[in-house]
Amino acid sequence: MADMMKIRARLKDGVTEVKVLMIHPMETGRRIDDAGETVPAHFIQLVTATLNGKPVLEAQWGTGISKNPYLTFRLRGANLGDKIAVNWVDNKGATNAIEGIVEGA
Amino acid sequence: MNRRTLLKSCVAMVSLFALVPLQVLAAVWNRKAFESDKVEGALQGLGVAGDQASAEIEIVAPQMAENGAIIQIEVISRIPNTEAIAILAEKNPTPLIANFMFSNGAEPYLITRIKMAETADLKVIVKAGDTYHSASRHIEVALGGCG
Repeated sequence: MADMMKIRARLKDGVTEVKVLMIHPMETGRRIDDAGETVPAHFIQLVTATLNGKPVLEAQWGTGISKNPYLTFRLRGANLGDKIAVNWVDNKGATNAIEGIVEGA
Repeated sequence: MNRRTLLKSCVAMVSLFALVPLQVLAAVWNRKAFESDKVEGALQGLGVAGDQASAEIEIVAPQMAENGAIIQIEVISRIPNTEAIAILAEKNPTPLIANFMFSNGAEPYLITRIKMAETADLKVIVKAGDTYHSASRHIEVALGGCG
């Protein structure tokens, strides 16, 4: 399931920029498909990020985040080789996680 | 067991049940805020009481979006002790898009991609301690993206 997410963390001038891409339909529950059926809501609700196991970011999302969500965030105090983990949970209880290593720019 | 002791034990049991989920409450999705179809309701759900417009919040977003399904936005807060950044699209069916909470060295900064149903103001609310600050950006949407 690692192909369901991508992560890159780059340290430059003391700030680590983390870019994350998640593969998810992010259905609002209002879309009508070609067969005329309403597609049920299916979206990521919680995203958490940790630096070496310590929480740094917690995001709660609604249906207004685009399909295949993209996120950039920045950390101070991370070092080369540190581990950054990002995890999500959707409204159906499905979950996915990925870990990245802080690299030099 | 008389009525009083029964009542007491019931109260004790209820408070026990009420206490247990408190630990995990922080990680529970804020249904009330996200399912509200009004900006006011969403803000109420987030516990925002009286936000003040601030020039210390920067929103980078296109003035006009061809496709409302994918609008990339960047938000930077220069307000000291920023704890959280919430993003709302005023005319979306459910206006609250996201609430980001920062800790342990995370900068109050983010880039993400959002959906907007129609031309509207994008509103950002920053929580710093017990105070709330806001900024808005008007975004013209050619084709709505909230299907």
